[in-house]
Amino acid sequence: MKNMESRKKEKTPKATVRLAIWTLAWVLSLALSNFGPHFLWESKLLSTVFIGFNFLIGFGMIWANIKHINSLDELQRKINVDAIAFSLGVAIVAGLAYSTLDTANVISGDAEISVLVVIVSVSQMIALVVGKMRYK
Amino acid sequence: MKNRIKVLRAEKDWTQAQLAKELEVSRQTINAIEKGKFDPSLPLAFKLARLFNCAIEQIFTDEITE
Repeated sequence: MKNMESRKKEKTPKATVRLAIWTLAWVLSLALSNFGPHFLWESKLLSTVFIGFNFLIGFGMIWANIKHINSLDELQRKINVDAIAFSLGVAIVAGLAYSTLDTANVISGDAEISVLVVIVSVSQMIALVVGKMRYK
Repeated sequence: MKNRIKVLRAEKDWTQAQLAKELEVSRQTINAIEKGKFDPSLPLAFKLARLFNCAIEQIFTDEITE
């Protein structure tokens, strides 16, 4: 049991760096998939290849995130899991409310997925800070 | 759940950071356990008992049965 915990503690900084690398790779591949057709190429095939590449990197990022959470100690893991649960709830509630605002024509323009991503990210960050403060 | 970790730690003249290092958890985790804000898992409770050379019941007290 001690060896397992020791390995866990050694793994935490490594897992954090790995998650950062995968996240950066995913963001860059997403930017390339988005801006490439506008500035770099016109081929639909190339766009499909880059989107597929971005999709695969996304799974790498998910795997790195799971490894990162498993490398944390039990309190840090609880804080992170609570924050994920909160942001998931916010994603469903705010996402559907936002979508309904669009279908009811309350908001001008279409509902954008990027708005939901920002809401989820901000809500998770807030929940992480609140969790850290709660157990301070 | 109440605990005597602060007392046992003081007997050994350890800081929270030193105890955290021994248990391979963060200092925040030790602080939260000491204050009763967070209940440790059974494996961590056993580690504490081994470290302080006593039974789990001598460290943790269930507030309901008191």
